[in-house]
Formats: sequence, structure tokens, C-alpha cells
Amino acid sequence: MNYRSELRNYQLEQHNFRLRLAFMAVLVLVCFGILGSRFFFLQMMKYDYFQTLAENNRISLVPIVPNRGLILDRNGVILAHNFFAYTLEITPSKVKNVEDTINEISDFIEVSAADRKRFKKLRAQSHNFESVPIRTHLNEVEAARFAVNRYRFPGVEIRSRLFRHYPENNLGAHMIGYIGRINDRDLAALSEANELSNYKGSDHIGKSGLEQYYERHLHGTTGFQQVEIDADGHAVRVLSSTPPVPGDNLILSIDSKLQRIGEEAFGDHRGALVAINPKNGEVLAYVSQPTFDPNLFVDGIDSESWKALNDSIDKPLINRPMRGIYPPGSTFKPFVALAGLEAGKREPPFSISDPGYFMLPGSSHRYRDWKPGGHGQVDVQRAITVSCDTFFYGLALDLGIERLTSFVSHFGFGRKTDIDMKGEMSGLLPSPEWKWKRWKQRWFPGETVITGIGQGYTLVTPLQLAQATAILANKGVAMRPRLVSNIQDARNGVTTPNPAVVVDRVALDPHHVEIVTQGMVNVTLPGGTAASVGAGSPYAIAAKTGTAQVIGIKQNEKYNESKINERHLDHALFIAYAPADDPTIAVAVIVENGRHGGTTAGPIARKIMDYYLLGKEPAPPAPAAGAAVVNSPEPTHEEELHD
Amino acid sequence: MISRFGSYVVRHIDSFLMGSLLFTMLVGLFVLYSASGQNVDRVLSQAANMGAALAIMWVAANIAPQHLERLALPLYIAGMVLLVGVFFFGEISHGARRWLHIGVARIQPSELMKIAVPMLLAWYFSRRDNTLRLSNHAIGALLLAIPVAFIMKQPDLGTSLLIASSGFYVLFLAGLSWRLLIGLAVFAGVMAPIFWTMLHDYQRKRIEILFDPYQDPLGAGYHTIQATIALGSGGMAGKGWLHGTQSQLDFLPERTTDFIFAVFGEEFGLMGNLLLLLLFTLIIGRGMVIAAQAQNMFCRLLAGSITLTFFTYVFVNIGMVSGILPVVGVPLPLISYGGTSLVTLLLGFGILMSIHTHKKLVTS
Repeated sequence: MNYRSELRNYQLEQHNFRLRLAFMAVLVLVCFGILGSRFFFLQMMKYDYFQTLAENNRISLVPIVPNRGLILDRNGVILAHNFFAYTLEITPSKVKNVEDTINEISDFIEVSAADRKRFKKLRAQSHNFESVPIRTHLNEVEAARFAVNRYRFPGVEIRSRLFRHYPENNLGAHMIGYIGRINDRDLAALSEANELSNYKGSDHIGKSGLEQYYERHLHGTTGFQQVEIDADGHAVRVLSSTPPVPGDNLILSIDSKLQRIGEEAFGDHRGALVAINPKNGEVLAYVSQPTFDPNLFVDGIDSESWKALNDSIDKPLINRPMRGIYPPGSTFKPFVALAGLEAGKREPPFSISDPGYFMLPGSSHRYRDWKPGGHGQVDVQRAITVSCDTFFYGLALDLGIERLTSFVSHFGFGRKTDIDMKGEMSGLLPSPEWKWKRWKQRWFPGETVITGIGQGYTLVTPLQLAQATAILANKGVAMRPRLVSNIQDARNGVTTPNPAVVVDRVALDPHHVEIVTQGMVNVTLPGGTAASVGAGSPYAIAAKTGTAQVIGIKQNEKYNESKINERHLDHALFIAYAPADDPTIAVAVIVENGRHGGTTAGPIARKIMDYYLLGKEPAPPAPAAGAAVVNSPEPTHEEELHD
Repeated sequence: MISRFGSYVVRHIDSFLMGSLLFTMLVGLFVLYSASGQNVDRVLSQAANMGAALAIMWVAANIAPQHLERLALPLYIAGMVLLVGVFFFGEISHGARRWLHIGVARIQPSELMKIAVPMLLAWYFSRRDNTLRLSNHAIGALLLAIPVAFIMKQPDLGTSLLIASSGFYVLFLAGLSWRLLIGLAVFAGVMAPIFWTMLHDYQRKRIEILFDPYQDPLGAGYHTIQATIALGSGGMAGKGWLHGTQSQLDFLPERTTDFIFAVFGEEFGLMGNLLLLLLFTLIIGRGMVIAAQAQNMFCRLLAGSITLTFFTYVFVNIGMVSGILPVVGVPLPLISYGGTSLVTLLLGFGILMSIHTHKKLVTS
């Protein structure tokens, strides 16, 4: 190229262009020459080699799906396992007319309308040359009947496949979760994670709960076999094989017996319960009521069952402990009390004389205490014991919203606990900035006042409440809550602990913790708001009751008429830890529309603690003696509804 | 009357090119019938794709090159806007962000850039009044690099490679200095290890698999292993149409799209492969003749780039199937199943025909 001449020379330009084009033409020929010689190499020189591979001994790589890991409770009780069962499968590409084939099969093996529907759905999702199950769980007789008729149905085969089963059915369904068929979204995620080749041959994947969170551990590594196959595609001989690595077993910190006691204690109530060992963060029970049978989901849920579950007014599919959000109500008070003490306010012997209401300076609006006429002389400890609203109204205002929320946030309010499940909600700890962002409105002092008693904007999940209680019980040391305590290698039984992790250390004056604890212990003693819950207990229980107003039931929702009123009742809350001097269990219970924390939520917590600490199983329901304890005709110390 | 209409229709069609294209596409339909497991619907749907693409080719052939020249810049700008749109709002499918929803339709802007980029560069280099300077080439390279970077980020290595090469051909044919070329080659050699670290894991794996497909026989290496077995077992004359065992027994993945050449090579053998290469050579040769005879710089550069990009398609795809190039998602032109790339290809050939048939009779 000549850069010196300024004006273009069109003749020269064309000449140069043609020269370069000729150069490229040569390059094209050289490249095609390379391809040609590659063909010569593959198809002439190595022909015999590839011929052997392809024609005489067609070698197929067959994936061997690993066994999915088991899920066991802390005592070895099986919560999820696998079993072999016969399935009848059709490979659509090898069958002339799929409809006719199914009709012919149904002459001697029962094929229901639901089976056909599922087959259609699965077929639409899979490739033509993949086999799709038309019937699962064939019994011996059916399998034998097909074997006799097999010659009539090329392209239809009986296979023995591994199925997932949850032997305890409803027990802990939200936590264990379930597996389901791999769909396009799962495939995309697997491809993103470069895991696709490990899922060759697998058709299920964890969809929720622990099955989803620990998918990597549970699935294992797919092995493969090089097999020689004949012209019909049947395996003749195994040439080499790399065995699969089975998935790891999960050993939970859950005690299934405790879990069952918790679930049964709810009776017909809806709600959630979480019990944590405050010393190490192990979750001991994780109850979400009502629950469902995860076995329904394994092979694709039928539409009737799905409708029934999804449309139910009781919302059984919601994982309430980590996805249900509720106002904490008075269970928030111990944390506010501690905030006050740590800030150097309300240190005993400070006390107020409660007239039964609180007024902001310069305002005549009365923030009422739940007890008309007030509680008389109240210090911080008694304020917890009798759940004195007036005391906490003033304390919250004195602290200010920033100081209050920044202190209690150390107890995990307003952020995820990072439990080992996906989809946790973070609740809400309000602030003036949050309100401005959300509503474009400034923060009013009155909102600080009601935050002091757990009303207003504050929202918590039952799991968060349990975690906060556990942190308080553990004197400020926050452990990450976790359901899986050990991961076991299925090949040799070697277990690797899922280590306890300290997520936060709240610096607390032991003396202040002592004051709050004593206030909470007195809650379950005569004179406290949950005296009946502590009645007859050989160990000291530190507890706090709460009620939360129900919000968000829309008037125009088509609910059962008779149920509307019941669903407007307040939620009952209860938090507790025991033994109070050296706690090994912390519990949070929410009973939806249960009205009073002390009467409905408290007894459930007591049953949990009794079994965990004493090994005492709850008495079978109905006898008059048991009911008398709950409905004790003592002067009503139970907490009333807040205004 | 009818013959008048007939001659109007074929006025801007280059019969040699048209004949070779139609013949190759016909071969494609036969291979597709075999590769799809004798699925007539698939063949008909591809035939419909071909009809649509031929119609678009006809339209392109009837647009005079000077109009195309005016379209170059707006087309490029529109393409860039859409590419940026994909980057921010694109739909993710199979781990890549390539598609964009605009109103009712779903489009793949990178496909548009396959034509827009060489058009813009041809326009850019042809409108200089002065002799080209190094700075012109630098600007050209920049205009090329921006869309390529966006498409690589999607990630779509195959398409970005094709667009990069189409742009490079314009730069080269416009007279990029040899000294610079050699310098760049040396530089590329030095930069290769750094580029390696920038690749996505799966892209890196594909290159590693090229050297050792048995590293991951069930995963990334599976394609290559099965494709070479198919080709090699085809031998001299092939196993015959519809008789390729690898293809018919479902060993070959993606055998109607990117890996269709393996089916062809298995069933028609070395003879078939060489004949197909000859067909491609005829098409490329005709394109080069059109480029050499074109009347102005814009036409020359555009025709040269379209022709050589077609060659790149062929070489990269066959190279990948026969195991001498890494697996990148490039279909075999005119043969692989799929409408989108066929439309772009035939649009390019329409432009070639337009360049050839709109020449003024009197040369200046």
C-alpha cells in the first residue's frame, strides 16, 4: 500500500484488490485441502478403526445414575429414601403409533386417565428418542403379564428405576422438601453451573426444602459404562465402566419424635414452631401447619391434588417458619428492655407509676395499656412479667427509633438467618429512611412509641423470632441456625459435621441479661402472663407471650362465611427458653388466629420443652385433667388483646 | 406476456450462483430427511424456510447497490441499538442472552449484524476521497470490535467469530498493510494466553476437549467423539442414504443442526464429502468472480467479504465436525436445519447478485 500519494488511484486500487482476492482464493483452496486430507485420514486411513467402532461393535456410553442420598433425623429415623420399582416406558421414536400402542397395552395392564395425561405432559418435555414412563410402580403380576406380551411391543420396555419416597409422609414436609422432574428451567441452571453432563440419565432434581438446598450433595456423581450394543440397540457386553458415586446422606439435627409432638400439638390450628439449641444453632423442630404429603410431588402432582393444596384457604404449601411474616407483638419487649438497659436507661431501681396509658409530650392522644387502669408501680423486670405497654411506650420514645432498631438488629431482626434452605424472607425492621423510601412520608414519634411493643411496621418470621430468642438465651452469641448437622459419605459411612458458625457476638452486660431473664422467668410463674404454661414445671422457663393483630384479609375474597370471623382473630405468639439458667432449647411458636399467646401458643411450647428436656411425652388428648391445666380458672393473668 | 414476466423475475438473478445454491439446498433437504429420522414435517418446515429465504434473496437482488450503500450506516446504528438492548433487557435462554422481545416478535440482533457490519465497513472504506491511511484502518477496526465484543459477551462465540472475520475480510481487502498483519499475528500469539483466561469456562473446555475428547466422554467430548466415529466409519463411498448407523441409532447429538455434516459424511463417504466441498468451492469461486468484476470499491469489498464469510462458515463447521477445530455453534450453511441463519445467508447472496446484475454497461 502506498500511503504517500494523496489522491486515490482507481486503477491501482482495483489491481490491488484483485491481488488480495487472489491471495484469499489460494487460502480457501489450502483450507479446503486441509479438510480434504482430514477426510482422507478419517475415512481411508483410519476407516478400519472407526468401522470397527461403529459397525461391528457399536459402542454406547450409558450413564449410570447414582443413588440419591438419604435424609435421616438425628436418631437415624429415615425421612427420605429410595426404592426400586418397575416402570413401563415407551420410546416414541421406536413406536409406530403411540396412541394405539397405549390402547393395546391397556388391554392387559391398567392405564388410568391420569397416567395418560402425565405421559402426554412428560412426552412434550422430552426428546423423541428418550423413553417416557406410561405406568409407574408396576406390581409383579403386571410386570410378568407384560413380559409375556413383550414381543408385540417393540419400543416398549419394562425398566427398574429408583423412586424417591418420604416414609413419614406429612412430617416436616416443608423442611425436607421434595424432588420433581427436571424441567427447562432446571436444565438452564444446570447448564449455567456446568453440571449438565453429571445429570445425564437423571430425571429428578430437588425442588424445595433440604432436597433443593443440598442438591449437590444428595445427587452424587454419575458414572458411565461403555457397552457394546447389537443392531437392535440392546447391550451385549460391558467394555469398561466408571462406577457412580452415590450422593451423600444428610443427618438432620431434627428429632422426628419432637417434630411429631410439635405438629400434633397444633391440633387444627394453623401456625409455625421453630425450636433451636441456642448453644450451637441446631434446629430441633421445624413445624409448619398445616402440612402436605411430599410424595405427591415426586412423579408430577395430579391436577386435582394440586388444586386442593394450592387453593386451600389454609395455604398448606407455604413454608410458614421462614416465609410467613407476622408482627412480633409483645414478644418484642424483652429485646426492647435489653436495649434500654444497655443504653443506660431504666436501670433498676428506676420505675414508673403506670396510669394505664402513655401520652407524647404536647399531645393529648393516649396510647393505652392493655390493662385499663394500669399496673401500678412497674420496673423493667416487672414490665416484662406483666407485659406493661406503658413502660415500653416511654422506653422506645426515650431510645429513639434508630438506637432501638440498631440494637435489636443484632438479634437478627430484619435480616435473613441464613438457615440451610432457599427462599427465606427477611422480615422488616423499620427506620425513617425505610419509610421515606417506601411511602415518601416522614417518620412520626407515635410510630416509635408503638414499635416499643412490637406493633407498627415491624415484621418477623417465626424462624427469626426463634433465632432472636436463641441469641438472648445464649447471652448474645449468635449461632447460624441449621437443619443438617452431619453430612455422611454413603460409601464408607464417614460423617463430616456441618460446623457450628458464630455469626455475631452482641456485647451484653451479664447483669442486664440476668434482669431480663428473671423478668421472663416470672412470666411463667404465678402473677405472670403465662403462669399456666409454667405450672408444675420442674425446670425454670423464661418466656414471653404476645398477640399480633391480623392484617390483610381482603373483604371481597370468597372465603367461607363462617370462617371470616375466626380469621380476623389475633395471632398468638410465644417465645421461651429453658432451663432458664443454662438454656439448651429456645422455642418460638405462632398460632394463627389463636388469640392469646399464653393459652394457645404457650402449651405447644411447653410440650416441646417437656419432651426435649424430660423425655416426657404429652398425654393423649381429651382427658379432663389435661384440659384443666390449660383452662385454669385462676384470676386472668393471660394477656388481653391490645387496643 | 408470461415470458416477459418471467424475464422480469429473473432479471437480477445470477443463474450460475442460483443453480449451485439450489442444488446444495436440495442436497441439504435429503440429508435432513435422513438426519431427522425420516421426519417429513421437519423437511417440509425447512423447505418453507428456504422458500422464505429465497424470497428475501430475490428482494435483495433487486435493490441497486447504491441504495444498499445508503442503508449501511442506519442499519449498523439500528443493529447496535438492538445489541445494547439485548445486553440489558435480553431474554436468557440456555445460559446465553441473545434474544430481544420487541412488541410481538422475538429477534436476534446478532444475526442482523452479520450483514450490517461488512456493509458499514465497505461503505466506510469506499467513501474516503484520499488514499487510505493507517488511522482509517484503526477506526474500521474499532467499528468492528464494538459489536463483536457485545456478541461475545452474550455469550455467542460462534457468531462473534463470524462477524469478526467478515469485518476483517473488508479490512484486509481494503488494503491493510502486510507489515501490520504480520505484526498483529505475532501480537495475537503473545496475547493468546491472556485471551484464554478471559474465555468462559465452557468455551475453554471445548478447546481443551479438542485436544483430548476422552477427557469428558459423556459431556463436552461426546459430540466430537461421536462425530469422528460417524465420519470415519463412512469410508470411501459411505453407508448409503438413510443407512448411517451412528445417525440412525441416535448416537449423534444435534445431528440436524450443527452436526449434520457428520450424517452426510457417514452416509455418503469420502466421495460425497469431496463433491460437497466442490459445490461449496463453486459458490465461493462465483462470489469471488463477482467481487473481482464489481464496479466500485463498496461493491468489491462487500462482495468479497460476503463470499469469504460464507467460506468461513463452511470451514469452521466442517473443521469442527471432523475434529480439527473446537466446537463452536456454527451451522453448515445451506444444509443445517434452521431458518434464521439461512435467511441471513441468502440475503448475502441476494446482495452479491444485485452487485453483479446492476452494473452499468458503460464503464467510465
